[in-house]
Amino acid sequence: MREMTFSQATHEALSDAMAEDPTIFVVGEGIGPRGGNFNTTVGLYEKYGPMRLCDTPICERGFIGLCTGAAMTGARPVVDFMFIDFILDGMGELINQTAKMQYMSSGRLRMPMLLRGCIGIGNSAATHHSGSYYSIFTHIPGFRVALPSNPADAKGLLASALKTDDPVIFLEHKILLSQKGLVPEGRYETPFGQASVVREGTDLTVVALTVMVKRALDIAGQLASEGISAEIIDPRTVAPLDMDTILASVNKTGRVLILDETFMPCGIGAEIAAQVVDRAFDDLDAPIRRLNGEHVPTPYSPSLERAIVPDNDRIVREIRALLAE
Amino acid sequence: MNEFPDDEQLFSLYRTLLTIRYTEEQLARSFLAGLVHGACHTYVGEEAVATGVCAHLRRDDSVFSTHRGHGHALAKGVPPREVIAELFGRETGCSRGRGGSMHLFSPEIGMMGTSGIVGPCILQAAGAGFSAKLLGTNRVGTAFFGDGAVNNGAFHEGLNLAAIYQLPVLFVCENNLYATEIAFSYASKNPSVASRAQAYNMPGIEVDGNDVLAVYRAAGEAVRRARAGEGPTLIECKTYRTRAHAEGMRDAGYRTVEEIESWKQRDPIKMFRERLTTRNAAVVSVLDAIEAQVRATVSEAAVFAEKSPYPDGNTAATHIYSMEG
Repeated sequence: MREMTFSQATHEALSDAMAEDPTIFVVGEGIGPRGGNFNTTVGLYEKYGPMRLCDTPICERGFIGLCTGAAMTGARPVVDFMFIDFILDGMGELINQTAKMQYMSSGRLRMPMLLRGCIGIGNSAATHHSGSYYSIFTHIPGFRVALPSNPADAKGLLASALKTDDPVIFLEHKILLSQKGLVPEGRYETPFGQASVVREGTDLTVVALTVMVKRALDIAGQLASEGISAEIIDPRTVAPLDMDTILASVNKTGRVLILDETFMPCGIGAEIAAQVVDRAFDDLDAPIRRLNGEHVPTPYSPSLERAIVPDNDRIVREIRALLAE
Repeated sequence: MNEFPDDEQLFSLYRTLLTIRYTEEQLARSFLAGLVHGACHTYVGEEAVATGVCAHLRRDDSVFSTHRGHGHALAKGVPPREVIAELFGRETGCSRGRGGSMHLFSPEIGMMGTSGIVGPCILQAAGAGFSAKLLGTNRVGTAFFGDGAVNNGAFHEGLNLAAIYQLPVLFVCENNLYATEIAFSYASKNPSVASRAQAYNMPGIEVDGNDVLAVYRAAGEAVRRARAGEGPTLIECKTYRTRAHAEGMRDAGYRTVEEIESWKQRDPIKMFRERLTTRNAAVVSVLDAIEAQVRATVSEAAVFAEKSPYPDGNTAATHIYSMEG
């Protein structure tokens, strides 16, 4: 184990996979000699050259479609969007082609394609550089969606994504990129569809997604001194979604808070809540609570930006209210 | 590439033309009989394009097609029985009943899909060219598309990407004058698709798309260039569909009976047969024998398709992911 940043961890996974698998190539704007806006490909161009680290014109639809065709014909493309907001120009390609290709071909074509980008609210990135969109991709049959919350998982999930033959949307929160954590040496894969119980507890279950995991852990640490025991679950992937781990926790605690920076309506929290009600209604001692970012485009000014994401005080209030029910 | 192909190749072209024509005529009859469950866009009148191009393609070269794609699938080698069975929604169809007319897949022989969306095939063919170059397979990617696709962003993005990376790709535009009922002369200020190649610094060739030998020669040179690493070619084939946009649709109000009749006079199969028999009267018996064989094959194919079972409803959710679940 060494301490490294989230970005260094995913870089290690990509670098290892590229050394092993000559069919992997990366496309994106500035991922060649520049090494990626978020240092996702630093040093790889020098090793692997311009075909495997292939800078593109600014044409997201075009290179998503190109990579879909490449994946159909024996290559394993990695699309590095920099900001995931840019993926929206290629949604028709992704949803109608990439996601449906295996099904349309009755399983005779595979779609080994990794689509990665930075998500989330922060740094006054404003509304064209702050989207997350994972609920949209989770809604579509055919995609895998990974939401790593720490460097060790980021490395393992990226390694898995570069092995699976399904298209993977790999979303990295901008606040997490420079955060450090302990990361195992060597190659390992973190399986999709296995949530992580990041803190055990008995009084309530907090299902936290991506950037909210660290916040939930900090808050749980504070509340422990008051005798409140929160169990925190990080789904790590939302497609597939490991409901069994969440349900086992609910069975123990009887109370659930879902913490998600993204929108509430039709969001992943609504899906989790609905499944808990469907499958574990009798385990619940209180109504399920969801705490989300506001349903607004992301504003620029720090005061406005802060106002749309639940802060620690609000999360604590929500937990206390849930326990009082 | 001015030489006349040898007799074997000429007969092979004739066989493919007829296979497409007779299959389409069978499908039109079957549509009326209620055996085709969804849409059916026939390729009648345009057979020379797919025939002339695919004659140069290897089994492992990839073809990406359109909503009017039966001819491309047949010319690439999908047997009529698999095409007809697919339109009948049967388990024995080339997409196992998951696709129908607009999702014909046979990846084992490089048929990478007809499509219900106009444009993506252009990008995916560029992707096949990319993987061929990356993996050193010397394969060629081919996109067939109509005049309706060339005013779509995918055309610009795909041709530009193929040009800058110098990819082994054929962009084959079947300009049949109408996108459904919208005339190309209305949709494009520039009456020439081929001339647009200049914008990407690639060769743009205009050919008579009803002359199978003209298409054959142009495609032969484009495939040679592609395999030699000289990059992509745009070929505009001027042609015409002599049936309605789709079976069961009206075919009036946007084009005249005189126009349809004038193109029927230039029927690609009739013209080719006349050319062959004028050159050598002795081939009549050979051509007649081919006609009889193809007629029998298509009739048997229709019987096979109608006798084939429908897929089991319990399998409707298989093949969404590489690893099911």
